[in-house]
Amino acid sequence: MIVDLLKETVWSLAGNKVRSGLTILGIVIGIASVITMVAIGQGAKNSVESSIESIGSNLIMINPGAQRVGGINQGGGSSQTLTVEDATAIKDEIMNVKAVAPSVTKRSQLTAKGKNTNTQIIGTNADYLIARNVTIDTGSFFSEQQMKSSAKVAVLGPATRDDLFGENANPIGQTIRTNNMDFQVIGVTASKGGSGFSNQDDIVYVPLTSAQHYLSGSIYVNNISVAAEDQTLMASVQDQIFELLLKRHKINDPTQADFSLMNQNDIIATATSITGTFTILLSSIAGISLLVGGIGIMNMMLTTVTERTREIGLRKAVGVRKIYINLQFLAEAVLLTFLGGAMGVLLGWGASMLVSKFVSGLTTSVSMSAVLLAFGVSAGVGIIFGFYPARRAANLSPIEALRYE
Amino acid sequence: MKTNALNGVSFGIKKGEFVSIIGPSGSGKSTLMHILGALDTPTTGQYFLDGFEVSKLNDDELSDLRRNKIGFVFQSFNLLPRTTVLRNVMLPLLYSGMPHPEREEKAKACLRYAGMEESKFGNLSNQLSGGQMQRVAIARALINDPAIILADEPTGNLDTKTSATVMRAFQELNQKGHTIILITHEMDVADCANRIIYVRDGVIEKDVLNKPQDHFLPQ
Repeated sequence: MIVDLLKETVWSLAGNKVRSGLTILGIVIGIASVITMVAIGQGAKNSVESSIESIGSNLIMINPGAQRVGGINQGGGSSQTLTVEDATAIKDEIMNVKAVAPSVTKRSQLTAKGKNTNTQIIGTNADYLIARNVTIDTGSFFSEQQMKSSAKVAVLGPATRDDLFGENANPIGQTIRTNNMDFQVIGVTASKGGSGFSNQDDIVYVPLTSAQHYLSGSIYVNNISVAAEDQTLMASVQDQIFELLLKRHKINDPTQADFSLMNQNDIIATATSITGTFTILLSSIAGISLLVGGIGIMNMMLTTVTERTREIGLRKAVGVRKIYINLQFLAEAVLLTFLGGAMGVLLGWGASMLVSKFVSGLTTSVSMSAVLLAFGVSAGVGIIFGFYPARRAANLSPIEALRYE
Repeated sequence: MKTNALNGVSFGIKKGEFVSIIGPSGSGKSTLMHILGALDTPTTGQYFLDGFEVSKLNDDELSDLRRNKIGFVFQSFNLLPRTTVLRNVMLPLLYSGMPHPEREEKAKACLRYAGMEESKFGNLSNQLSGGQMQRVAIARALINDPAIILADEPTGNLDTKTSATVMRAFQELNQKGHTIILITHEMDVADCANRIIYVRDGVIEKDVLNKPQDHFLPQ
């Protein structure tokens, strides 16, 4: 019996390859588009989140405030108010602080072996690695000793290494030249990805003291990065830093603070609300694709079965019981939707992979729930609209079904 | 107002008879054929087929009865499209539990019996001529060794020459002992049978024995 059913089903579908093919195509497109859409949306969301994540963990950033010269606001970050001592005080006096990294930044021209590039030089200390989630790929970061002696050593970001020494070359022990001084390369950081305004891979790290001595010539720092020990402690740590710096800078009115604090949670919250909007947008597109796909499948199934009413009548007339006719059409609908579904999932998955491969900075992620939803809806629609009209036709008297035009 | 397609019709057909039922359109002969073919049940009255009271059966029982007792030959052939001759003939054996090779043997035997050329067994039904299609339909009607073969205007879609061969096939089947009921509105066709029942306005007008004049058979 079951062998008969399967044979009839396969013969029936194979007997009309164009019809079966078009039905499957409808299902494939419906499912693949939903899966790809959701995968791209998820990927965009993940990449935004991870690029925020890569800035650091539980990070509080202290920037100098706006400088006022005779009542003219020179813009945020323009004043020189933060010092290494401020950083040391934060580290010594405030609880639950994991790392404090003052930094001096300067854009500069770099040369090495005849190649040159213009990039950001950051003078900082070893805490920077912790505060900003930087990891060393090869070589090492500068030691305490090198910090103290203002050694002319440098750690390169992978993009800078590629620019100066060629892709994946080993630059350790080589020298790079900037502002007429040679720095010896002692390490390369691991890639953090990211692009756009601040490429965290196109960077050169030097000891803070060296940067102050040779590059900026000033005791002030551009920025202090503080990492709290725990995300829940960030607010209290931020408040304490604010109080401490006000006291150290002898400012009584908090609105007159000559520095500003930025908390990573604030950035994450903003980004989350942006990606949330993204998700809603993509879900609605996916929902519409699913609806359109579903209607396509429904149409195909309805016409197919209606077209076969005479066949159903004949089967009944020659004595095939109703139940077997129902079962055959059910099996056909199931087979079509599952074939189409499997191909749709593969296609959607493949398309997501291609998007990841060809769109830089976007790693799509195929979510299981999107796959299940797309598959479930298509299979449901396909089976209901493949089975229901067949059942109706099988319930007709064979004469009526045979006469059906 | 209630209209009765058939009214007070009563007759019997014996095993081995070749009966034509003839009448103009609207006479009720189609309804009669549906009832005889267990495709429909009468509102009132009884119909016994091979000892079974048909008028009280449910849908599935009617299906089983049609499968086991009746072979249909339709005017429009009603073969499955894009399906081989052999599979068309085997259609009534679906879900019967008979092993596949046996079904195929039986189908081939019926096709040979109905005068179908061996070389066409694997052809698709839509590649056949009208006469060939009707032979396939006859082979399909024979496959379950039915008590009656019910032919509804079997020559309606065929030209005169092909009609002649199909009617000869029916006569041969009858000579081999099959009971055949033929529904038609053409006197030429009806005349091939040994008995003719005339239906008009839902009642039997005439029920006469007939000596085939062989309009089709060259003698």
